Amino acid sequence: MAIDTPERHSMGQSMKRKEDPRFIRGAGRYLDDIVLPNMLYLALVHSPYPHAKINKIDKTAALAVPGVKAVLTGEDLVAASLGWIPTFHGYDKQMVLAVGKAVFQYQEVAGVVATSREAAFDGADLVDVDYEPLPPVIDPFEAMKDQQIIRDDRENKTNHIYHWEVGKRDETDAALAASAVHIDEMMEFQRCHPVPLEPCGCISDMNGGTGRLTIYMTSQAPHAHRTVVSLVTGIPEDKIHIVSPDLGGGFGNKVPVYPGYVVATVASVVLGQPVKWVENRTENLTTTGFARDYHMRVEIGATEDGKITALKVKTVADHGAFDAAADPTKYPAGLFGIVTGSYDFPVAFTELDAYFTNKAPGGVAYRCSFRVTEASYAIERGMDMLAAKLGMDPAELRLKNFVRKDQFPYPSPLGFVYDSGDYHLTLQKALDKVGYQELRKEQAEKRKRGELMGIGISTFTEAVGAGPSKHFDIMGIKMFDSAEIRIHPTGSGIIRAGTKSQGQGHETTWAQIVAEELGLDAQDLMVEEGDTDTAPYGLGTYASRSTPVAGGAIALAARKIRERAKKIAAHVLEASEDDIEWENYKFQVAGVPGKSITMKEIAFAAYTNPAPGTEPGLEATFYYDPPNLTFPHGAYIAVVDVDAETGFTKVRSFLAIDDCGTVINPMIVQGQIHGGLTEGFAIAFMQEIRFDEGGNHLNTNFTEYLVPTSLETPHWDTDSTCTPSPHHPIGAKGVGESPNVGSPAAFVNAVMDALSPLGIKHIDMPLTRAKVWNAIQASKAPS
Amino acid sequence: MKISVTVNGTVYERDVEPRRLLAYFLREECGLTGTHVGCDSSSCGVCTVVLDGERAVKSCTMFAVMADGHEITTVEGLAKGGKLHPLQQAFWDCHGLQCGYCTPGMMMTSLVLLKNNPNPTEPEIREALSGNLCRCTGYQNIVKSVQQAATELSREPAAT
Repeated sequence: MAIDTPERHSMGQSMKRKEDPRFIRGAGRYLDDIVLPNMLYLALVHSPYPHAKINKIDKTAALAVPGVKAVLTGEDLVAASLGWIPTFHGYDKQMVLAVGKAVFQYQEVAGVVATSREAAFDGADLVDVDYEPLPPVIDPFEAMKDQQIIRDDRENKTNHIYHWEVGKRDETDAALAASAVHIDEMMEFQRCHPVPLEPCGCISDMNGGTGRLTIYMTSQAPHAHRTVVSLVTGIPEDKIHIVSPDLGGGFGNKVPVYPGYVVATVASVVLGQPVKWVENRTENLTTTGFARDYHMRVEIGATEDGKITALKVKTVADHGAFDAAADPTKYPAGLFGIVTGSYDFPVAFTELDAYFTNKAPGGVAYRCSFRVTEASYAIERGMDMLAAKLGMDPAELRLKNFVRKDQFPYPSPLGFVYDSGDYHLTLQKALDKVGYQELRKEQAEKRKRGELMGIGISTFTEAVGAGPSKHFDIMGIKMFDSAEIRIHPTGSGIIRAGTKSQGQGHETTWAQIVAEELGLDAQDLMVEEGDTDTAPYGLGTYASRSTPVAGGAIALAARKIRERAKKIAAHVLEASEDDIEWENYKFQVAGVPGKSITMKEIAFAAYTNPAPGTEPGLEATFYYDPPNLTFPHGAYIAVVDVDAETGFTKVRSFLAIDDCGTVINPMIVQGQIHGGLTEGFAIAFMQEIRFDEGGNHLNTNFTEYLVPTSLETPHWDTDSTCTPSPHHPIGAKGVGESPNVGSPAAFVNAVMDALSPLGIKHIDMPLTRAKVWNAIQASKAPS
Repeated sequence: MKISVTVNGTVYERDVEPRRLLAYFLREECGLTGTHVGCDSSSCGVCTVVLDGERAVKSCTMFAVMADGHEITTVEGLAKGGKLHPLQQAFWDCHGLQCGYCTPGMMMTSLVLLKNNPNPTEPEIREALSGNLCRCTGYQNIVKSVQQAATELSREPAAT
C-alpha cells in the first residue's frame, strides 16, 4: 500500500481548507443557529447613564408582557451569590448586573427571559429603573485626581488600580540625561473594539434530569471557561460541558466571561429550560471587550550619529469601571515589556499606572499578544520621531540599531529572551522590494511641487505564544496546551486540541502537522476543537498562541505515535527496532530499501497484529509546556499620498515582509496577514471608541464605528523571510497578529512623513481626514 | 399576517408578526441558517439574499411580509444537484473566506453582480461588494474569488 505523494498535503503546502465546504454551503453552525427544545430568550436592560445610583427597579410591567417568564436584577444575583464575578486575572471583581449603582453607560442592569426573542425585548423595554445620576469620570487623567471615586465598593478609596514597572529606572534616567539627542513625546493608542461580525452569545442548558449544565458559547477558550464557571458557581467541573461552535471571528472579543453568559446560566438553572442570549451590535460595541486605551509617554536617547542609548516609556492605562483586562496573572500590563522592539537598547525602563473610569471594562488582546500592539506602536513611532530629530533616514536609523543576527538568543533589557531573527535581512528585503531609494527620490521631487507623499516603515518584534508555565497563568491555570491524536485501523484519524479556531483554519493546519509527522494524508485527519467533553485541556486561541503552544503539542503527540509505530514496524518487518529507520514518510529496515511499511499499514497492524508486549492501538496525548515565547518579526513599508486640500490619505502601496518561522500553510499565512493588515489599517485611519464629556458612548453601531469596506482597503503585497524558532518542535512562531501589531505604526509613520514638510510631528490615531485636514490648517496658521 | 414566500424554489406559507424581519423568517421559520445577522443597522451585509433573482437585499432591513409573493434565493440555493456553484468553488479555491460568517452574503451579492456584469473589473467588484463587510480576509482573496467565478461562469453560461 503506497502513500500518494506524502508531501502534497503536509507542511509548507498551500492546501485548500478542510473547513470551507460547510461554510460555502451556508452549513456552518454558529451559536445563533442552534435551537433547543423549549428554549427561552434573554434580553438585557442597559443603563442610559455612565454613573448613576439605582434607587429602585420595578419589574411589574415587564412581567406582564405575554411570554415573559422572569426578570432578573443585580439583587437577585446577589441572593444567588453571583452578584459579582472575579475578573480575568483575578485581581478585581465585576458586577454581573448593576448592584447599587451603574458605573458605565450601557452597563447591564437587568435581564428579561421570555418565550421569544421579541417578547424578551418587549419586556426589557418595560423594566422601570429609577436612576439618580452621579457625575461621571471619563478621562483617566481626571480619574487620577480622585475627586470622584468610581468604585466605592473597594477597600482603597481611589481610582488608581495598580502600578507596574520593569527595567532599570535610575540607569535609564541617567542615560537619557547624558544623551546628546533625546525625544520625549506623548502618544495615544486609542480605545477600539475587535468587532467580530458574529457577536457574542450563549445558550445555557441546565438539564434537571442529569444535573449537567451545557453551555453553547462563543468562546475562544472553552476549557478555561469551564473551570471559571465551576469555580464561580460551585457546580462540579464534571457537571459542566462547554461547547464552542463555529465562531464568526473573535479577535480577542470572545475571551472574557460576560454578564450575558452568567445571567442566561442563572436563568436556565432557575427556570429549568435552555436560555439563549445573543448580543446585538450595539451591545457588542458598548459592553463587551474593548481594547487598548493606553496613553504613552515615550523617551528615547541617542548619540549624535544615531546610536540609541536608552528607552523609557511611561503609560497611563484606562481600564474602565472594572479591572477586567485580559492579561496573564503575573503580567498586569501584558507583554508590554516588548517595547524595546527590534532594537539593542543598552538600558530601558517602563512603568504603567492603570485607572478606573466610567467606561465599559475590558482591555482585551485585540488581535494582539497582550499589549504587544501598544508597545510596538510606541517604539516604532518613537524611532521615526528620533530619526526626524536626528535628520536621519528612518531605515538607516533602524539598520544601525537592530539586534544583530549573532546576538540571538538575545536577552532584552526588559526581561525577554528573543529566540531568533534576522532583522537586517528582513528590512533590507523590504527596502529592495519597494525600491526605497527611488521612492525617496520621487518624494523629494514631489515635495518641490508641494505634494505630500510619505513613506512609513515599521520593523516590529512580537512576543507570542503564552506561555511557559513558569511565567504564565490565568487565574492560576498554567498556560500550556494540549493535543490528542487517535489513528484509526484504516489509517485515518482524529486530532483534538485545547485551541479553538475562529477562522484561522486549524482544521487544515493541525492536520497538516500530523500528516507531515506521520506520512498520512491530511485529508484523512479530522480536527475537532471546542468541546470540553472530548478535547484535552487547553487554554484556547488568542495571543497568537495556537501554533506556538498547541502546534507544539500536536507535533509532539504525533512523534509519540511515531515512536510506538516504530515498535509495530519492527514486529511486522521482523527486524530489530534498532534497525528500523523513518525514511521518506515510512519505516524501513536500514540498508534494505525494499523492506518497508507505511503508517497506514502500521495503523491496521496496531489493531490486528499488535507487537507482543506492547500496548495495542495507536493513540497519543501530549501536553506541551513551551520553554519560551516565540518572537515573530517583520518589516512593513507603507507609501501614502496625502491630499493637502481635503486631508484624505491614499495608501498607494503596502508591503509586508513577515518572518513567522516555519510556515505550515503559506496560503493561510498570507490570508492571516491580509486580514490583520486590514484591521491595522482600520485602527490607523478610522476606528475609535469615543465618549463625550458626559460619558455618552459615541460609536454604538457600524455607521459610527467604521469597518473598512472593499473600497477603502488597500491592496496588500506580502513576502517572507524565515528564521525558525530554535525551541519550537516544528520551528513555527505564530502569525495571526503580526500584521495588526506591526501595521498601525507603518501607516502613521507614512502620514507623518508626508506631513513633515509642514512641521507636523504627530497626530494621534485614527488619522481621519478631518484630523489630518485640521492639522494641515493649523500648520498654515500664522503663529 | 399570512404570507407565502418562495425560498430556493420551495413555497413557505406562514403566519408571521408584521415586525418579523426577513432574516429571522429565513433562519427561524424556514430553518435556513446560512443567512446570518451581524449588525442590525443594514451595514454589514452578512444577511444578504437575492430577491426575485435580480436584487441583492439585506434581509435584516426587510420585513418578512414585504417578501410575500416574492422569490428569495439564499446561500443554500446556490449548489445544484450536489454540485457547487462556481462562486462557491471559487471562494474555496482562492481562500476567499476565513471564519465564514460574511461568506454567504458575499456570495449572494456577487451572484447579482455577475448576473448584471459578467466580466467586472476589480474596481467594479470592489464597488459592488462595498456593502458587505469582512473582518478576516482584507477582501483581496474575495475579489480574486469573484474574478475566478466570472471566468468560470463565462465558460459555462448554463451554470448561472
